[in-house]
Amino acid sequence: MQEPVLTINDLTKYFPGIKALDEVRMTVRPGEVHALIGENGAGKSTLVKILTGVYASTGGTIALEGREISFRNAIDAQQAGIVAIHQEASMFPELSVTENIYMGHHLRNPRTKKLDWKQMRENTRGLLDQMQLDIDPDTLVKNLGVAQRHMVEISKALSLNAKVVIMDEPTSALTSREVEELFRIVNNLKAEGKAIIFISHKFEEIFEICDYFTVLRDGKYVGEGYVRDTTEEKIINMMIGRDIDQMFPKKDTHIGGALLEVEGLSQLGAFQNVSFTLHEGEILGFFGLVGAGRTEVVRTVFGIDPSSGGSMKLYGGPYAPRCPHDAMKRGIALVPEDRQKQGLVLAMSLTKNISLPKIKHLSRHGFITQRKREEEYTRTYGEQMEIKAAGYHVDAETLSGGNQQKVVLAKWIGTQPKILILDEPTKGIDVATKAAVHEFVSEMAARGVGIILISSELPEIIGMSDRVVVMHEGDVTATLDRADATAENIMRAAIGDIKEAK
Amino acid sequence: MSTGQNLDWKQSVKKLFARREASLVLLLILMLIPITIRSPQFISPGNVNTILNDMAILVIVAIGEFFVILSNGIDLSVGSVIAFTGMACGMINESYPAFPAPLLLIVGLAIGALMGALNGVLVAYGKIPPIITTLGTMSIYRGMTFLLSKGTWVTAHEMTASYIGLPRVSFLGVSVLLWIALLVIVATNYFSKYTRTGREIYAIGGNPTAAKFVGVNEARVRLVVFIASGLLCGLAGALWTARYASAVNEMATGFEMQAVAACVLGGVSFSGGAGAIFGVALGTLFLGVVNNALPVIYLSTFWQLFAQGLIVLVALSINTIVDHRKMKKLLEQRRG
Repeated sequence: MQEPVLTINDLTKYFPGIKALDEVRMTVRPGEVHALIGENGAGKSTLVKILTGVYASTGGTIALEGREISFRNAIDAQQAGIVAIHQEASMFPELSVTENIYMGHHLRNPRTKKLDWKQMRENTRGLLDQMQLDIDPDTLVKNLGVAQRHMVEISKALSLNAKVVIMDEPTSALTSREVEELFRIVNNLKAEGKAIIFISHKFEEIFEICDYFTVLRDGKYVGEGYVRDTTEEKIINMMIGRDIDQMFPKKDTHIGGALLEVEGLSQLGAFQNVSFTLHEGEILGFFGLVGAGRTEVVRTVFGIDPSSGGSMKLYGGPYAPRCPHDAMKRGIALVPEDRQKQGLVLAMSLTKNISLPKIKHLSRHGFITQRKREEEYTRTYGEQMEIKAAGYHVDAETLSGGNQQKVVLAKWIGTQPKILILDEPTKGIDVATKAAVHEFVSEMAARGVGIILISSELPEIIGMSDRVVVMHEGDVTATLDRADATAENIMRAAIGDIKEAK
Repeated sequence: MSTGQNLDWKQSVKKLFARREASLVLLLILMLIPITIRSPQFISPGNVNTILNDMAILVIVAIGEFFVILSNGIDLSVGSVIAFTGMACGMINESYPAFPAPLLLIVGLAIGALMGALNGVLVAYGKIPPIITTLGTMSIYRGMTFLLSKGTWVTAHEMTASYIGLPRVSFLGVSVLLWIALLVIVATNYFSKYTRTGREIYAIGGNPTAAKFVGVNEARVRLVVFIASGLLCGLAGALWTARYASAVNEMATGFEMQAVAACVLGGVSFSGGAGAIFGVALGTLFLGVVNNALPVIYLSTFWQLFAQGLIVLVALSINTIVDHRKMKKLLEQRRG
């Protein structure tokens, strides 16, 4: 067996309150396409970020060709020969292919010290020829398609003499013909002895292109092996492996009449023909892999984005929101996925953040005359969420992630919604806060609120939901009752293995 | 009980010093000490009154600029709005001497509001970035001033005494000009803190996405801030012509830079969402003291502009360093 090019041992990474990686190991050999497999949040991205010098590890070792290494920054990692090709290509659209490829490692004329564009252009042409790509080195990147941009990124990796190329979901935006083209290039790289770490949620791709695999789950190493010796079944089991024995405070609730009925809802390019019904007191889980279209669906329900087809009914009447205000007036609240970017005004105090959605009711003719009332209001809901802060006058940016999330929740329960949409409410928060959020969700449901819970964590979905809607690339592939909502069934639907059986 | 009160008191002092404006007050005092030693006359009631009157128009305009910057925009057209409204008021006064002078202020407010509204519509509904929009209207409004006056001036003897005297009339020992500035400060302070729209400006400037998620109408807020800026510039224009007893086409050229400087000196965040009227008033006062002090300490006029710019940069650097430290301490606290 060949000597490994990359050996990772006991790699550990702590974030405040979270262990993102826990003694992970992985061995990558030259000329091998190595699949890195795991659910969302399993630790793949963290691992990639450590390998490419974006994060520093907390413990463990990484060895490249037998020598132990540690990177201080991304340039270090590139120079050592580890290059990542990102999901969302990080390129400069207004610059040419050549300029993009040599960004950060320009060639200079050894005598005049001038940038040697002639040489760089020639080299670029050579790289593109080597990959049999018909791209002009002078083309601006903004004029290239998604697939071609990927190829340029790969060319950049080659220009850096990469030993290990990391491809994070490289096919997610490609057509099947483009995927073929990509695979041809991956095979070329392989033949040249490069090692490729291939991250994908698509099993058919893993079985087509990969030689070896490593599975992560909850930041831990689970297993590895040759792809040819395994089955999809076995890999899925490794990915979800655990029993859903974690305690979820799911209360038995009385499920009442329909609140929201969505029929054939579509949005061009994001999701199509989505139908589901949300009842009083029901927790409706939404599961899917990244890019499945769950967030886009609820954004449309909340009136942020318009729909391109289908209809909605709210409390039995017609419902067509034109802006979030319409949705809020009718009793819908949306706790968005990214609390810092979408949920909070970081430079505002907790009081002002929490009262923001209700500011109309806390003011008279536009004047906020009763500041006592505003403070009481925020205190009531803040205390309900047990926010830990020096006071309600401090700015939201001074709080930890978990407490920020509590502020966002407090802000929305204050609107006393009949329908509460939660988009990844426990993403990136500590275990204790997670439990508090779960408790809160159950309680809201027990009070008759209809809840849509988007989550990428299977145990959370299985533990909390009365029914589960599973999406795959914009389609609803399954709607499962609590009894049928097993990890296997959900995962199969999420990777598009089955179509909805009616 | 007494310890509790003591703690409260200590905390409020701490809170006061944690504010962005605190460093500015400190700097102001530090600067006043050597100036006063050199020339005790500087803090005489007469001179203080002069400084305040000099700054009254700037503070009105800077507050207008404040609302635009707070929403993460910028208004470069303030100088031109002042010029147009100032010229219009001067010409009305010349042609219709019977028109009551106080009503000219209302005329200024109205014209300014219209000009601000045009900026606002272009930004809010035309989706043109504020810097581009107001760069354009800065020239357009200045050009309109020339077209209106046909290049001529309105001089002191063409204006009525009641108009020219309006800012100078003393009420309870303080000039009407200062009273107006104070009224603007108090009213806008209330508006920014205790109205729904004021709160929404902070929200849009601080995080437009989050504001959208709670149903804030972004276009409306952007329109409002430009109308506010235009309104205040219109008022300033009407006062300018009276105070300087002439309406010239080049009046208030470059005034936008002073307004912006007063805002950033006063701790208003250039990326929007943070700042307060109190800070803007302080920033203006700071500029006023610098402008008045430089001749007092016999600094040649050639050095004055240089010194002004330098002081703005130094004050801002101090602010940035303090902020940075605070954030770092915070992160450490959170980790520990």
